[in-house]
Parts: sequence; C-alpha cells; structure tokens
Amino acid sequence: MKKTYKIEVDCANCANKMEEAAKKTAGVKDAAVNFMALKMKVEFEDGADVDAVMQEVIKNCKVVEDDCQIFL
Amino acid sequence: MTKKQKNLLQRVIAAGLMMAVLVFLPLKEYPVLRFILFMVPYLTVGHDILRKAWKGILHRQVFDECFLMAVATIGAMALGEYTEGVAVMWFYQIGELFQGIAVGRSRKSITELMDIRPDYANIEKEGEISRVDPDDVEVGSLIVVNPGEKIPLDGLVEEGESVLNTAALTGESIPRKARPGDEVISGCINMSGVLKIRTTKKFDESTASRILDLVENASSRKSRSEQFITKFARVYTPAVCYGALALAFVPPLVRLLMGQAPLFGDWIYRALTFLVISCPCAIVVSIPLSFFGGIGGASSQGILIKGSNFMETLSQVKTVVFDKTGTITRGDFEVIDIHHGTLPREELLELAAHAEGHSSHPISQSIQRAYGKKVSLDRVSQVEEISGKGVKATVDGKRVAVGNMRLMEHQGIEGIDCHETGTIIHTAVDDAYTGHLVIADRIKDGAAEAIEDLKRTGVRETVMLTGDLKETAEAVARQVGVGRVCAELLPDQKVKVLEELLAKAGKNEKIAFVGDGINDAPVLSRADIGIAMGALGSDAAIEAADVVLMDDDPRKIGKAIRIARKCLRIVYENIFFAIGVKLICLLLGALGIANMWLAIFADVGVMVLCVLNAIRCLRVKNL
Repeated sequence: MKKTYKIEVDCANCANKMEEAAKKTAGVKDAAVNFMALKMKVEFEDGADVDAVMQEVIKNCKVVEDDCQIFL
Repeated sequence: MTKKQKNLLQRVIAAGLMMAVLVFLPLKEYPVLRFILFMVPYLTVGHDILRKAWKGILHRQVFDECFLMAVATIGAMALGEYTEGVAVMWFYQIGELFQGIAVGRSRKSITELMDIRPDYANIEKEGEISRVDPDDVEVGSLIVVNPGEKIPLDGLVEEGESVLNTAALTGESIPRKARPGDEVISGCINMSGVLKIRTTKKFDESTASRILDLVENASSRKSRSEQFITKFARVYTPAVCYGALALAFVPPLVRLLMGQAPLFGDWIYRALTFLVISCPCAIVVSIPLSFFGGIGGASSQGILIKGSNFMETLSQVKTVVFDKTGTITRGDFEVIDIHHGTLPREELLELAAHAEGHSSHPISQSIQRAYGKKVSLDRVSQVEEISGKGVKATVDGKRVAVGNMRLMEHQGIEGIDCHETGTIIHTAVDDAYTGHLVIADRIKDGAAEAIEDLKRTGVRETVMLTGDLKETAEAVARQVGVGRVCAELLPDQKVKVLEELLAKAGKNEKIAFVGDGINDAPVLSRADIGIAMGALGSDAAIEAADVVLMDDDPRKIGKAIRIARKCLRIVYENIFFAIGVKLICLLLGALGIANMWLAIFADVGVMVLCVLNAIRCLRVKNL
C-alpha cells in the first residue's frame, strides 16, 4: 500500500536525509521525499500497521532532522 | 514569505544594525565587554543554527550544514575574530533566507502554471445549487458549471452548450465545443454557456487531479544527476570535516617537529575557512529545483514529463520512432481525390454516399463526410453488403455499386486502375463504370514541420513504423520527410524493429517511441522513452507513457526535447560551477590565500547563483 503525506522541511539535503530515515524504518518498503512538492510518499510492507509505522517514521526523521514535520 | 522567513529576516536586519554600530565602537581596551557585545548579534542571528547543531550532535548526526557553520563561527569567535564570526553566520542566514524564498517562489509559480486545480463544484440537488468541495462530489452527481468557471470533475454534458478553453491542460488555446452527450474533462475553463454535467469520475480520478499528481510526483523519480549529488553529499561533508581537522592540526605538529613555531591560530583559521566553503547546499538544492522547474515549465506547455530521470533520457534522444497512425497521420480517412467519368463529380459523390449510407465503416464515413449533406435513407433501397468487396444498393431507382476492384469483377464490370496511393473505391451505376474515389489517411497539420524541427534539434534518425501497405507508408514518409520506413508490420513486429534499433544504438544515444497510446503500449514501454500523443482524456495513454503530450500536435516532440536539453544543461552548469568554485576555494583556503570573506562568497554566493540559474528552467515558452 502506498500513501502520500505532506511534509514541512527547510533544506533539500534534510529532505534527502528524511527519505533515508523513512526507508530504514521497519514496515516501510520504500519511501520517496519530494522536496519541491513537500511530499513524502511511503510504500508500506504488506500487513504493516500504517499508523504505528508512521509514528516510527516521524521519530526517525526527527533524529536526522529536528526541524521537520510530517502531517498525518 | 512564511512566518519563519519573516522572523529570520527581522533577526538578520537587527543583527546587521548592531554590527554596523559595534564595528565603529572603540572597544579594543575592553576585551570582556567586547566579547559580550559581539555575542548579542551573534546569538540573535545564529541561535537556531547553534541549537540545531547541538541537537545533531546529540542524535549522532554530526556532519550537516548547521554543524559546519557552528564550528566555523565558534572557532572564529574563539580566535578573537568576532567580526568575521558574526559575519559568516549572518551571510549564511541570508543565504538560507534567500534560498527559502526562491524555492517558495518557484513552487508558487509552478502551481500557477498548473492552475488547473478546481477549488469548488456547484452541485445541483432537488433544484437547489450549493457550492461544495470537489472532493465531496460523488460519481453520478449533477454539477453546474457557469461561464468563467473551471470544470471540476470529468463527466458527460447533460444540458447546455458551450465552448471550452483547454489552454491550462494543453498549453494551446484551441477552443473545444461541448454539447449534450459530449464527454468533458476537468481543468478546462467554460467560456460561454452554462453547462450541466453528470460526473463520471471521483475528484481524485479526474483528469485535473491526475495531471497535478503526476507533475508533483515527477521529481520523486530521481535522475542520475540527482542520485550522484545525493551520494556526493553523503561522502563530501564528512570528508571535508576530516580534511579541516587534519588541516588544523597536522601542519602545526609537523612544524613543531621541525623545530619551527607551530602557528596554531593561523592553521585553525584556515581550517575554519575550509569548513565555511565546504557547505554542499548550493548543489543539493539547485539540482532538484532545476528539474522541478523544467517539469513544471514543460507541463505548462501541455507536455507532461513523468520523472526527472525521463527528463535526462529525453535530452539524449538521437532517434525518434513514430507509429504512423495517430502521430503523423490523423487516423481518420478522407476522400482526397475523385476521378469521375461521365457523371458529374457531385452526382457521383451523392450516389456513393447514399449507397454507403447504412454503413459505419471508416471508409464509408469518409465518403459521407465528403458529400457534406445529409444522407436521406428513404431514397435508398435493396441494400446488399458483399463482405470484403463493397455495397450494392438502389438509389433513386438507379442500381449503384460501390466497392473495391473485386466488386467490379464480381459484377462483370471493367474498372480502371488508379495510380494514386491510398484506398481506391470504384463505382458503377446501372452496370456502367463511373469512376473511383481515392481515400487516404490525412497527414496531420505540422507533421512535416515537426520532423524538420526534430532534425534541427539534433535528432539523427527518424523512423516510421506502420501496419499499412508499403506504398501508402512510403508516400506519407516522403511527404513529411521521415528518414526510414518499416511497413506492413504486425504489432509484435513493431517491438522487434525497435529492439533492433536499441541494440544498434550507442550508450548515450537514446531512442524515443512516439505513439497515440491506444494499442502500442508494449512498444511504448520497450523504448528508452515512450511518448504518447493526444492523451487528453485517454487514461491508458497517460498510464503507459513516460512523456505525455496532452494535445496531438507533433511539433511538441521537438519542444519537449529542447526543454529537456535546457534543463539538463542548467543542471550540469550548476554541478560544475558549484563543485568547481568550491574546489578552487578549498585549495586557496588550505594554502591560506582565501580568507573568511571569500569563503562566504564560495558558500552563499555560489548557492544564490545556482538557485537563480535553476529558476531559468521555468522559462520554456519560446523554446
């Protein structure tokens, strides 16, 4: 399953880092952050609990870039 | 400007004013006071950077821009270079501010270019009209679109007649008529009359949303240059940090061992300069910005490029392969010539049109169109269709036969062959030969120009594939100037021809395939880049292709390639310029020639120039 979220982040490099962080989160099959459109596209593993996984994604993104937001 | 940016701007101005005063105060004698006074503007402008750098260290995410800036400025302050320390932070923040504004601007101008998102829908329920969010309109609802409004959802016209402007979708303002029964698509602007539309799709499946979605997601498919930059940034920042560390301590220690004065302060200053220069932000932000601008600019011209990677491929296209029908020819038949004998031209056409009056075959339709007047079927009787040959009927009491040569032979009539290429339809009235009609697929307006344009753009080979007869195909190719023709192909043979071309092509010589997206999906996906034309309203074509031309103007192919070239040229300019300037400055910094001020230029100045250059990608109108 794929979902798109609106995000808020200031720099392009941070957006790349968020993408990496989201990709490494358990339950995420693939992720892509589009800095220009300020969107994060997440593809979940089959049977993953979307809400729980997204909470983890937010946590991991906060670690690499404190000044970021993901709107669920 | 966002709230964050306004706040930053105020801080930058405040710190600037403070510095302007501080520089002129005679503080040499009071070192403690001087330090405290300089800390005020420093913290005013840079406190968020210091906080972020600290958090980064806590999270073990050490090597980012904030860290570089924090170390460089704290280092400068520690060396007593207060002015430079504050200035570096100040310029860095100005750069950030500028970058934020530039990115926000281009985001906005792209959204404006793609101004097809409808804000509301007027829904009619039990005679009352209410304004709702298009998201809340269910399939099968009746919506009202007034003149001047955007059509919010795809649907069928139920009532009313109007003219639609498709400029926002196709980049060309060719008006389209809409009448009851017509299918209309979202994103068009209703120009003249009130339309009542029965919706056939939900909002997020409607054309306007799908196109916006496509454009917004396009930059998620990263190009090779973007991947290169991402990898580069990952290696580069740590490398520079270790480089700076080495620069700060290795040479002084060596000097110490050789019995010279170590000059720690001097070397640490060089190392700090090194750090300021090294910020990778210019490259990291300008590359996606260029691609986003290029994709946005292209879509304003009715050209949808589905990813930055396709932009890259498109710029390297050296061979364009066409599927004849729907790209070079219009795919509908037309009577191009009438060789009539004893009967006048009009009368022959009238008889033929009536004899074919019952048929919906494309050829029959073209004869009826050429006749131009309404066919009255009560003048026709005893219609007999002879499969694979043609039609016999009695029109106004005359026995009319219309069909191919075999029909003539079947009737025992001697026909006259034709020298023209196309489909020849012979006619006979009361068993006497009366001449023939030449029917051919029409060549599109601008097809020849489009091929010429491609050659000028640097496309080396143009190839046309078709299932048609060789003579017909070659005649078309000659007229439009296509270099090579492969005719009489079955659909799977088209893939084979393409694969042969692919096998022959060099590494950076990409092959584009242009089709109408209707039944050439396998070939579209097999080519390096698949371009679908006339996709307005065709979901299948939008799905199958990498590049989608919203209208069916073949001249857009050359334009798409030029847009891609411009975009890639800007991307490479930025990569070489930014990395080049940084490397030179790094070298000068290490040698002690470059000071902090040059370092600030190498960081902020280069970033500003790269962003400004990237924004040029948006301007594609006159390409």
